[in-house]
Amino acid sequence: MSKRIDVKDLNVYYSKFLAVEDVSINIEAKSVTAFIGPSGCGKSTFLRTLNRMHEVIPGARVEGEVLLDGDNLYGAGVDPVTVRSQIGMVFQRPNPFPTMSIRDNVLAGVKLNNQKMSKGEADALVERSLRGANLWNEVKDRLQKPGSGLSGGQQQRLCIARAIAVEPQVILMDEPCSALDPISTLAIEDLINDLKDQYTVVIVTHNMQQAARVSDRTAFFNIAGTGKPGKLIEVGDTHTIFSNPTQKATEDYVSGRFG
Amino acid sequence: MTTTSLTRSRGAGPAGDKVFSGATLAAGCLILAVLFGVALFLVIQAIPALVAPGAEIQGGAGFFAYIWPIVIGTLIAALIALVIATPISIGVALFISHFAPRRLASGLGYVIDLLAAIPSVVYGAWGAAFLAKEISPAYNWLASNMGWLPIFQGPASATGKTILTAGIVLAVMVLPIITSLTREIFLQTPKLHEEAALALGATRWEMIKMTVLPFGRPGIISAVMLGLGRALGETMAVALVLSSGALTASLIQSGNQTIAAEIALNFPEASGLKVSTLIAAGLVLFLITLAVNIVARWIISRHKEFSGAN
Repeated sequence: MSKRIDVKDLNVYYSKFLAVEDVSINIEAKSVTAFIGPSGCGKSTFLRTLNRMHEVIPGARVEGEVLLDGDNLYGAGVDPVTVRSQIGMVFQRPNPFPTMSIRDNVLAGVKLNNQKMSKGEADALVERSLRGANLWNEVKDRLQKPGSGLSGGQQQRLCIARAIAVEPQVILMDEPCSALDPISTLAIEDLINDLKDQYTVVIVTHNMQQAARVSDRTAFFNIAGTGKPGKLIEVGDTHTIFSNPTQKATEDYVSGRFG
Repeated sequence: MTTTSLTRSRGAGPAGDKVFSGATLAAGCLILAVLFGVALFLVIQAIPALVAPGAEIQGGAGFFAYIWPIVIGTLIAALIALVIATPISIGVALFISHFAPRRLASGLGYVIDLLAAIPSVVYGAWGAAFLAKEISPAYNWLASNMGWLPIFQGPASATGKTILTAGIVLAVMVLPIITSLTREIFLQTPKLHEEAALALGATRWEMIKMTVLPFGRPGIISAVMLGLGRALGETMAVALVLSSGALTASLIQSGNQTIAAEIALNFPEASGLKVSTLIAAGLVLFLITLAVNIVARWIISRHKEFSGAN
């Protein structure tokens, strides 16, 4: 249950401002693809267009196609709500629902789909999802406690459990470790490694070592200057991008010679 | 070796701190003193009515027999106002905060705030001169079609000056209070949580149910309680709209009375024990409001763990 994503000639606008220009990229199923690049280069913006979350921002719109196993996400009659239930997202800062218990957080997405679920099935799903997010052993005795009482790293894994509970095709992660300490970061990275057995994972990261550690393929985004649109410079196997990139800008960035 | 960097302080420094903390302390004490003073005044002035023989109190059956019908009347009027105003207010607030286009939202918010600035006597005049007349056919309909319910028992008042009309006027008056408070609360829902819900595949309404309403719950309760406070204490509008009388179950006959209107209508001509009786009624109203606030605080604190403040 994982699908590939093919993006063709995508432009992203904020009202009149062209934020990301002409991106074409193929994202393989059951693999981890990392987006790297300097701040403001549009990688998070681009990530959000993959599940239409950019539409939350007033004035944001796209031109081009995003195909999920051949189905255009921006085709006529496509409901963004359905898109988002197929393509889950984990955010920069952990955001479990503070008004819900740990258990209810995990079930939050599933309950939306109006599936009638017995308590036994729900319990099984909660355990499966929390185990899938490497969190079960830490929280199994306090499932009724609020999710906001967990540490930052645990909260982020709770958010991942919440995302995988709805069994999406793709999981998008927008700098999931930027608010976490190194040990929690390691836990999330291990988890990403496990997740790619079942899901297509796309991760935006500022941390090049992280991209090198977790991803199979890496895409480098860059921006010519403030006010200019972000562009996809190069995409390829992570090993190639970090050892033998074809573009000078990529080489400068991954070797740290970049401003 | 020098110690100046640790000992010297610039300008007013500690003295300024002392003045400021003293001023805030004084302000806090002043509030307590005023509250205590009002309570003390009410109790002292009310004592004659509370200890007087029953026959001397208005109605001739003692203070308790005098006060309980108007306590019930007060609660009924306030309850009608809240039942009508709360859902409408929350709906309007949600529309402004999450559905309306930005330009419309700010205009609408401004109009709602203006509603709160209209003096209550204007609402009272509107209720008595316009609403009561216009609404009495509806009361006739209620009496003939739903008269089997005690609250809609006929015959309906011909003038329409009933407790239900008073409740509706009160609802219009508390609507802007609840709306503008809840709107502020709804706008404060963290974007992060709204996006979390949307990213799980929630529709706009589901997102509101998952994040905005639970997050705003304590604020909604506070807003409703503030509205209730206004509805309980509102005097002029009720005095003008309601054609008062004895306690009756039917909301569409004339009758019933609220404490605030009772005091306002009788105070000018009162003297002696009658004044004490009215002040004692004021004391009862004070206690009701106090109890309402305590209950509201308790409801809010019950869910602290899940409030979103942590």
